[in-house]
Amino acid sequence: MNDFRLNVFKKASLCRNFEEVVFKKLQDKTISFPTYLSTGQEFISATIAQTVEESNIKPDIFIQHRGHSTYLSFGGTIIKLIDELLGRKTGCANGMGGSASIQSKEKNIYGHDGLMGSQVPIAVGSCYTSKKPTIVFIGDSSVEEDYVLSSIGWAATKNIPILFVVEDNNLSILTEKKVRRSWEIDEVAKGFGVESYNISDNPNDIKKHLNNVFQKPLLLNINTVRKYWHAGAGIDDENVFDRYESEMTILGDATVNVHEINKKLVEKLWQRQLEIQ
Amino acid sequence: MAETVRDTIKSITRYHLEVEKSLCFGQCLTAVGWVGGTLPELYEDGGMVEVTTADVANGGFVVGAGLQGIRPIYVVRYQGFQWYNSPIIVNYASKSKELWNRPCPIFIRSIAMEGGMGPVAGSSHHSIYQRMPGTKILSPMTPLEYSFAYNQFMSDDEVYYISEHRRSYDNTEELHDEILDECDIVLFPISVTRFDAIKAVKMLMEKGIKASIIHQLWIKPFTFKDHWKSCLNKSKYGGLVLDDDYEQGVASSIAHRMMLESDKKVRTLGLQHRTAGFHSSVDNLPPSANDIFNKVMEIVRGQ
Repeated sequence: MNDFRLNVFKKASLCRNFEEVVFKKLQDKTISFPTYLSTGQEFISATIAQTVEESNIKPDIFIQHRGHSTYLSFGGTIIKLIDELLGRKTGCANGMGGSASIQSKEKNIYGHDGLMGSQVPIAVGSCYTSKKPTIVFIGDSSVEEDYVLSSIGWAATKNIPILFVVEDNNLSILTEKKVRRSWEIDEVAKGFGVESYNISDNPNDIKKHLNNVFQKPLLLNINTVRKYWHAGAGIDDENVFDRYESEMTILGDATVNVHEINKKLVEKLWQRQLEIQ
Repeated sequence: MAETVRDTIKSITRYHLEVEKSLCFGQCLTAVGWVGGTLPELYEDGGMVEVTTADVANGGFVVGAGLQGIRPIYVVRYQGFQWYNSPIIVNYASKSKELWNRPCPIFIRSIAMEGGMGPVAGSSHHSIYQRMPGTKILSPMTPLEYSFAYNQFMSDDEVYYISEHRRSYDNTEELHDEILDECDIVLFPISVTRFDAIKAVKMLMEKGIKASIIHQLWIKPFTFKDHWKSCLNKSKYGGLVLDDDYEQGVASSIAHRMMLESDKKVRTLGLQHRTAGFHSSVDNLPPSANDIFNKVMEIVRGQ
């Protein structure tokens, strides 16, 4: 399990270091459009990506707007993401997708169009048609969209091999979940007949709930913490729990080295891309 | 017996499912005689997919199918339902090729009624789709036109909105342009107004008014052909675009283009700018032959 957890950390570390550079690029205005940092939430996509990788499964992935970590965890090319954030045609979405609409054809990652939650019915229709293992990432706010709820229902009716991943950071911009609704999505999904769990973003916790993945619809509401602002470079609360730091403490010295290697790699790639005119 | 538009749609759908191995999505597909007899009597194992009653989600399911490259057909039984069905189609499928180099072709069969359907369902709503890049719109009213629309779709990789009208389903005849030299007025009818425009031309002729008629199959992209322009420029009173959607949409847009590219004024006649009720006394119907006749007479009289 520790090998697994370290491998998850490697992916998460790449994501964390990438986002830290993006944070700086937002501050110095190198990037000047709305950018949705996934800092703090990296372990969700990193764990799921590591799990499916070890099972030799190549799923179709439907990403949400806060998707840098999803893109990187599932093997999207870093340089293409950098170029995308720099608005270049060589970017992963032809320089048109910015931060919210990134994709990777090579890794079967489908872009998000900016309509909150639209990726859910699209993923369900795609999975119904292809019958291929499919993962769709959703925010805790997007699951409130009526078409998301009805899509989970139809996935249950058709018993398709789809994994719904709710990245639950408890916030819709700054509005907490308890202000917006009185229900939990895992309970609603159970009502539709979908196996579902409300869990933490601890990699072990996520992995153990993926045993039946792609046999039938499965929904994981994964509680996590968004470290930075909804969009842009800023901090709402300095004292929030950070899974990344927690994993470094648990896994020890090996993570320090991984962190440093990824930090250098990401900084070097950013520098190299910025030097290209 | 000659083939009707209904027969054509049915045989195209069967071909699309059985030969092209695609899927046909829609709500209540068996309803009212398999959507007016336009669908083959197939079920899910034959490619006919009953979706939920959640219209917005349904549009998304079809987009997902489109991304898989199967060129799905999506049947929307009333065009008014497009207000709920269109959001994910126009925001994702129509943009996917340009944003991500991922074409998402979908053949949307959107069906209009001949009144009696109240405030929502009624006539054509093709103007909803007209604004969005990456979407093509045709309104076929004849068997050959319908086959043409399908063949265009199969050779293209964009979203096709097919603005159907139930009144065309029994039609077996092709509708031909009547372009007169130096006519008084040129009619440019869209969708079901084409049938009444033909009647109106005869009524006008009895009053000594020469009207040309140029049928509009393609709504978007709209191409103002040279011989249409020539006919319009030679006319005495200009043109009249007829539609069974509200005038403020497609009809006004086309008329605007025509005026920019010609020397003549082009007017519009479509649904009245008010909400339709169910009873015939409060309905809001497409312009009839009489309505078209009266509008032309107004124009001729300079009103």
